[in-house]
Amino acid sequence: MAAPAADPPVTRNMFLNIGPSHPAMHGIIQIVTQLDGERIVSTDVEIGYLHRGFEKESERGPYNNVIPYTDRLNYVSPLINNFGYCLAVERLLGIEATERCQYIRVIMSELSRVCDHLTCVGASAMEVGAFTVFLYMIKAREWLWELVELVAGARLTISYGRVGGVKADLPEEFVPRTRKALEDVRKVLLECDMLLTRNRIFVDRMQDTGVISKDKAISYGITGPFLRGCGVALDVRKANPYFVYDRMRFDVPTGSHGDNYDRYLVRMEEMEQSMRIVEQAMSDLPPGPLNVDYEGKVLPAEVMVDEAKMGHVAGFKSVRVQVDPTLEGSTRGYHDAVNASEKRAVLPAKEDTYGNIEGLMHHFKLIMVGHGIRPQQGEYYSAVEGANGELGFYVMSDGSDRPYRVRVRPPCFTIMAALPELLIGDMVADIVPTFGSVNMIGGELDR
Amino acid sequence: MTSDLTTMLHARFPAQIIAAHNYRSQQTVLIKREGLLEITRALKDDPSMAFDFLMDLSCVDYLKFGKSQASAPTLTTPSPLPYYMEPKTDAETWTRGVSHDEYRFELVYHFYSSSLNHRLRVKVPLTSADLTVDSLTGLWHSADWFEREVWDMFGVRFAGHPNLKRILMYEEFKGHPLRKDYPVRKRQPLIGPAN
Amino acid sequence: MVATVDTTQLNWMTTRVDAALGWARKFSIFQYPFVTACCGMEYMATATSHYDMDRFGAGFPRFSPRQADVLFVVGTISHKIAPVLRRVYDQMADPKWVVAFGVCTCTGGFYDNYATVMGIDTIIPVDVYIPGCPPRPENVLDGLMKLQDKIAQGTRAPQAPDPAQRPDELHTPHRPEAHL
Repeated sequence: MAAPAADPPVTRNMFLNIGPSHPAMHGIIQIVTQLDGERIVSTDVEIGYLHRGFEKESERGPYNNVIPYTDRLNYVSPLINNFGYCLAVERLLGIEATERCQYIRVIMSELSRVCDHLTCVGASAMEVGAFTVFLYMIKAREWLWELVELVAGARLTISYGRVGGVKADLPEEFVPRTRKALEDVRKVLLECDMLLTRNRIFVDRMQDTGVISKDKAISYGITGPFLRGCGVALDVRKANPYFVYDRMRFDVPTGSHGDNYDRYLVRMEEMEQSMRIVEQAMSDLPPGPLNVDYEGKVLPAEVMVDEAKMGHVAGFKSVRVQVDPTLEGSTRGYHDAVNASEKRAVLPAKEDTYGNIEGLMHHFKLIMVGHGIRPQQGEYYSAVEGANGELGFYVMSDGSDRPYRVRVRPPCFTIMAALPELLIGDMVADIVPTFGSVNMIGGELDR
Repeated sequence: MTSDLTTMLHARFPAQIIAAHNYRSQQTVLIKREGLLEITRALKDDPSMAFDFLMDLSCVDYLKFGKSQASAPTLTTPSPLPYYMEPKTDAETWTRGVSHDEYRFELVYHFYSSSLNHRLRVKVPLTSADLTVDSLTGLWHSADWFEREVWDMFGVRFAGHPNLKRILMYEEFKGHPLRKDYPVRKRQPLIGPAN
Repeated sequence: MVATVDTTQLNWMTTRVDAALGWARKFSIFQYPFVTACCGMEYMATATSHYDMDRFGAGFPRFSPRQADVLFVVGTISHKIAPVLRRVYDQMADPKWVVAFGVCTCTGGFYDNYATVMGIDTIIPVDVYIPGCPPRPENVLDGLMKLQDKIAQGTRAPQAPDPAQRPDELHTPHRPEAHL
């Protein structure tokens, strides 16, 4: 008696829901995958869980009120977002920041970029299993955050940029402390490099996973380290230079395979290049324009206040007051050194506001409702190189004191749109390193 | 590289171009919505333009353009303004090109060419009565999610889009939040109070 | 001979047992970090070597609600994720506590618009509020110590939050939009 022919087993694809609250500490994303065993057959990515209405909120306040909201876009590199927005509004107004301010912006942007890459590589290493690397990199990030706190007053959400300048000048000990901190960060990067780059487990998990071809990446509009991992040397800092990037010497690292491992290597090398830019900028930092009146008289601020309290106000109108433009009051630099001279956009120094009538009027005209920074009707799209790629700000003005439309072109939006491309065909375990190298930042993705 | 792109487009598609400008050195063309697919295909395929990146796609609602309460200063003083507060006379002026009342919405496309390193902004004015336009998902994959976001936030339909559903808000949400007539604080909670 | 138990000593025994349980619970916190936004960066900073939550016994995040006892809600909660938060909270087993980390979870922060929840205590009961945007790690550790005091005493927030009974000082003042 012949055995009946065995029916082939009937299989069905399994649906696995990952998220929205899941431990790959990148935020809240839902990936609904359809699995055939361990292979991913299809994915459906659901975003928008952190939509906080940035674009609607930015229509409510005057131009400078948008800056705290921009901090919280890409919250691991907030300085780049601040300066990207300020650049768009300044170009819309047709003004340019002073040279010293541009150098400061470049230094702070690059420090922010190093923080972002440290967080990205650290978190993705932790998710793959290398917890020590995460601890080392966060330790390095703390040193950089201490520097940012020295200059801007806060570690993370700094609101440092202003339309026309920055909030405060660099304090005295910034340059030596930064040099020391960058040395320490380089040591940490060397350690992490030794732990990861030729580590058999790490390489096996990252190499040939999450592969995307160059043409597909361009068609998806992907920019930044993701695209550079595919072999396209596109960097907004080189292609459309802004601030003083055209004076900086740095390389743009590219990969070749378009997989997770190449992106990891690109990010590690970019950190080194960013530190190189910071060091060049610090050694070239111009002292800034010194503004004294035609008699050459400069009065320190505290003297002026004391004199005014006693009623000795004669002659104040013709005297230039020396202000302390840094947060801790170190007496160097002048307010004008870090803010554009465009009086229609930049607030006067506090001593002028309280000291003479021109300053008071100037302050009034910029702060009161109905007055303020008023670019004429127009629009401008400015692109800066964010940590994830091209961060674009499209600002439209209708002649009033608040922006009519602020649109952020988020770099990781396009990368997340390509996530199905990256994941289909790989195994479930490859979702974690791929998603880690996407560096999705919820604030930027969902705004 | 000043007006080459706009003159080229004027020469090839004279019927579809409504207006063009170069405000603050950024080339912009206003085109009719019927010509969108044809012109964007030419932008991508023509080797002298070679726009391989659709960098950004967004929308603007012109309902309150120039009409907000903050458009005119609320305080006028009899004494003259100090010299530095006079409105600056700018050599460049900007006009939209079509009337705000007729065309309430406008789609704004930003293109970039990585090989030739130039950018172009293409704007498509739309009336609120007929808020549909062709989808560019066949040409650039990035259009997929950008168009979903414009649908979600403004309510512009894209004909030919494979999956036009909300992306940032939840499906139960009614209305399109970034329109100027949607109140900022109007919440539609799924659970909890509408505070 | 029957040994009699002096009942006045029993209360002392149970309070000692409660105190011991409280002590054990407060130094073995298994957190569920419901991380959404920027506060997550400061959460990471508090959890790692510089500020180190592990020395408080709170170093082990447990990413399953069934295994966690403190729900750290870190970052803005939008209306889209609110049902998910409620579900995670409901899935946690008693005894459980909730920490509202960051001002967006306490009262909504400066995101007062169509998309955000103005304070998670409209959805789930909260035990400790840690304001800040984002709070410094020292603030977080202070909040953690206050939570530990609460755990040691065994007090918990009431189960059903009623938004109508929120004390007035927690209501966000309505800002008239005269300019719009």
